[in-house]
Amino acid sequence: MFHTKARAGAVTAITVAVALLATGCAAATPGGGDAGGDGDANLAITFVPKNLGNAYFDTSDAGGEEAIKEFGGTYDEQAPATGSPDGQVSFINTLTQQGVGGLAVSANDPTAICDALNEARDAGVKVVTFDSDTDAECRDIFINQATAEGIAKIQVDLITEQIGDAGQIAILSATANATNQNLWIDLMKEELEANHPDVELVEVVYGDDDDQTSFDKTAALLQTYPELKGIVSPTTVGIAAAARYLSTSEFKGKVALTGLGTPNQMRDYIEDETVTAFALWNPADLGYLAAYAAKALIEGDITGAEGDEFEAGKLGSFTVGENGTVLLGDPYTFNADNIADFNF
Amino acid sequence: MTTLTPTSETLGQRVLHGLGGFAKARETGILLALVVVVVAATARNPGFVFSADGFRDLLLTPSILLLVAVGQAIVIITRNVDLSVGSTVGLTAYLTGRLFIDVPDIPVPLVFLAGILLGGFLGLVNGALVAFAKVPALVITLGTLYAYRGINVLWAGSDRINASDMPKEFLGLGTAQILYIPVLTLIAVFVLVVAGWYLRTQRGGRELYAIGSDPAAAHLYGLKVTQRVLTAFILCGALAGLAGVLFVARYGTVNSQVGSGYELTAVGAAVIGGVAIFGGSGTVWGAAIGAYLLFTINRALPILGVQDFWQRAVVGVLIISAIVLDRVLAVRSTRKLVEARDN
Amino acid sequence: MAEPRTYKDYSRPLWRRVLLTREMAVIAALVLVWIWAYTQVPYFAAPITLTYLLLDIAPILLMALPMTLIIITGEIDLSVASVVGLSSVLLGTLHQGGMPIELAAIIAIVVGALAGALNGFLITVVGLPSLAVTIGSLALYRGLAVGLLGTTAVTDFTAAWKDFAKSKLFGTPIPTIILIFVILAVAFAVLLHFTPFGRGVYAIGLSPEAARFSGVNVERTKFILFVLSGAVAALAGIYFTLRFGSARGDNATGMELGVIAAVLLGGVSIFGGRGGLHGVIAAVILIGALSSALRLASVTSDVINIITGALLIASVVSTSVLAWVRRKRIRPGGRKTGSLAAAKG
Repeated sequence: MFHTKARAGAVTAITVAVALLATGCAAATPGGGDAGGDGDANLAITFVPKNLGNAYFDTSDAGGEEAIKEFGGTYDEQAPATGSPDGQVSFINTLTQQGVGGLAVSANDPTAICDALNEARDAGVKVVTFDSDTDAECRDIFINQATAEGIAKIQVDLITEQIGDAGQIAILSATANATNQNLWIDLMKEELEANHPDVELVEVVYGDDDDQTSFDKTAALLQTYPELKGIVSPTTVGIAAAARYLSTSEFKGKVALTGLGTPNQMRDYIEDETVTAFALWNPADLGYLAAYAAKALIEGDITGAEGDEFEAGKLGSFTVGENGTVLLGDPYTFNADNIADFNF
Repeated sequence: MTTLTPTSETLGQRVLHGLGGFAKARETGILLALVVVVVAATARNPGFVFSADGFRDLLLTPSILLLVAVGQAIVIITRNVDLSVGSTVGLTAYLTGRLFIDVPDIPVPLVFLAGILLGGFLGLVNGALVAFAKVPALVITLGTLYAYRGINVLWAGSDRINASDMPKEFLGLGTAQILYIPVLTLIAVFVLVVAGWYLRTQRGGRELYAIGSDPAAAHLYGLKVTQRVLTAFILCGALAGLAGVLFVARYGTVNSQVGSGYELTAVGAAVIGGVAIFGGSGTVWGAAIGAYLLFTINRALPILGVQDFWQRAVVGVLIISAIVLDRVLAVRSTRKLVEARDN
Repeated sequence: MAEPRTYKDYSRPLWRRVLLTREMAVIAALVLVWIWAYTQVPYFAAPITLTYLLLDIAPILLMALPMTLIIITGEIDLSVASVVGLSSVLLGTLHQGGMPIELAAIIAIVVGALAGALNGFLITVVGLPSLAVTIGSLALYRGLAVGLLGTTAVTDFTAAWKDFAKSKLFGTPIPTIILIFVILAVAFAVLLHFTPFGRGVYAIGLSPEAARFSGVNVERTKFILFVLSGAVAALAGIYFTLRFGSARGDNATGMELGVIAAVLLGGVSIFGGRGGLHGVIAAVILIGALSSALRLASVTSDVINIITGALLIASVVSTSVLAWVRRKRIRPGGRKTGSLAAAKG
């Protein structure tokens, strides 16, 4: 009968047509998918940040892209939309299948993506972590932006200075599992206990590196703790959202805000005095260094063992420290005096 | 044949009658629950209501969802559902951001119009598929939920529109107040009043109830079912579009995930507010109060010392209690009607 | 005198009845897509692709089995993904508290069954519509999951179990979980097609009243289906947790829509009473294969969502459009036919 045949035909035709259309799109979409396996070294390096749509990672990955262009590799960026641990796994799996040369990953969780990374390494892919590490067995090298102690200390110093070294503070973090966040928070707690007995940390809330959530959580913090004197947000998404809320609230100027932020996002709030000072390093340099480290691994110059040396273009040469860690430098404080000098 | 003698009520009796109706109304129960929550939170921290920020946030934050819940209520009343509203909010929010960035000095009302039009168009697609292809709305809007979100992500890529890209006056709308009431809330309440008035007094509105109660009867009666259903979906989409524009005014940052999950919260708000999932009853007022209740609980929980992680569980309990309550009331009223008929 | 007409003149030939069905269309589409991907998409032909594909779609495959039966009876269960999250969290917290995984898994499945039982109770005993109830329980179970664990993830599971979740069968690229799935699929198929219970399921979908008068225990059947749905969802949750090594309250958020989309694409009618497991399984694999192929071809995942949505709409609308055309042919010069069909559900 007409309708069943046509029905069958319709569904098939639509599926095939759509699939063909999509391949057409795929052919037009540039991507590092078909990485050139030919040539001496496979310099197709893909960055896998914690999530997409994050200005911090946009900058770091752009730095990586610059480096990769310099040494003639292929750059790509893949990440889930939200910073959940399992979100990165399927992307890492796909990249393993596609046979990329190297991965630069900022991990949402120290152990959850381990298996996927090890599968990648078994297939010959070199794995560099940057910004947020995994367990050491799952990657070849970790590019650390600064020592964790240094990052924790500078934020504690800034906030205690701004609130007069006494009072309640809270922390607005990113996702609850992020390795770097938890490490810094633990070190901050230690630093507070050791050197700032009159400052009380009342709560750690998680904004999930989502702007709206961080915004709402800041509002909730201010409502729940009327005595709050300061907020520390060691994540660029969190501090930007918190600053935006503070600058339109009655607590502007009364509650101090500091943490890790990018100059471009924070410039307005420094100018309207919602924020006096914050810290960071140059994420572009971080990505740049990660790309060069991946290149050195791919070409076999280094294996990630302690003492290995490699060149990183304009940043100079670096030595691998213990546990496969490479240190970029020290954190830097931004305030009203110097914020105009930066553009990232 | 018995003669019917008209009874005339005195003004006092009429007032009592009206008050009684108000007291027994489903929506009043929700309103009471809302008041209880606010009172409890304020008792713990007076700043919840009695500070400038607190009062503003109390009214402001739920306003966006209120619009979505009202639109959803309109659709549910016709015995349909629109699961794609979250994606619609996301798309219009991104459109708003894009317009401000790509078309410098674009007048703000024009952006509002663009958002509403886009939302209305997306609703039209839903409505057309439901009304003409006669496919259940659940399925269609499930498909458009995916499709619209996909289009949103495709368009936005990994881009994020930042608050700094928005013109200051527009962002100012997000926190501006007139006589202590946030502008966004005023917009939302205005829409609510118009919608409530339309559904209650206008023929088109009342026909929506008829269609939801019994589509077959409505059709046989000669109501323009297709047209009304189409209108309901367009309205729902347009309101979601307006919500998207307001979202950008409030939060300033837009990425491809804006609006995810709004559809279920909107349906939940409507159900809690007394809109029967089977259509034919409930009011937009109830949905609005439901939306307020949900968001206020969200903000009140941390103050009451409950980790806000439990908020979703509380919402779930509320939804289930609401539909159980509705069922109990419906059974009771059916029994009463049967008794009245049999006596 | 004319030859007396027999039934053979009225019924369609066997080959037509088998091949020209909605399910066959999906299976054909799957074959076509597979051939296209195998030949056109780089890296798709590798055995590891099949492994990743099956590992990815396993939870949806599992949950689609009871969901098919539920939709055939005309109900729906939107809470399955929340049960996945809940069982994931239970597995994580219990294991973190020192309980061996085996015991934690059993408890998680029991809790899943209880969650399904609550749904079933509210739907069959209290008489509430399943759409509303499962929207409420979706929020409730997800809320319990997130409430228990916050946004932290429990990630230290013993390697042995994580490897088992990803293990493959005897040197083939097929994961072990698929074996478990196949056993369940066969069980559900037998239940649906070869038992009175299954016939009852179809009967309820076509007309609950008629089914009741025919002696089918409508309430008990639906209740059992919802319990099964909860238990299987919990099983999927255990697998999901072990596969990713991460127990989190918001695991699998939104997955219920993927399950329902696959079931509807696979030919099960949302009005109830029609459909079969073979179409559904083919639909799940079809969507999975498309996603996998497109991802390998570096098409971004959002396009995959657009395609899933478009496919779903197209498949359901095309059925409707063709039914309309058929009505037109029977009754040309159309007087508008009643919309009684649209009135249902």
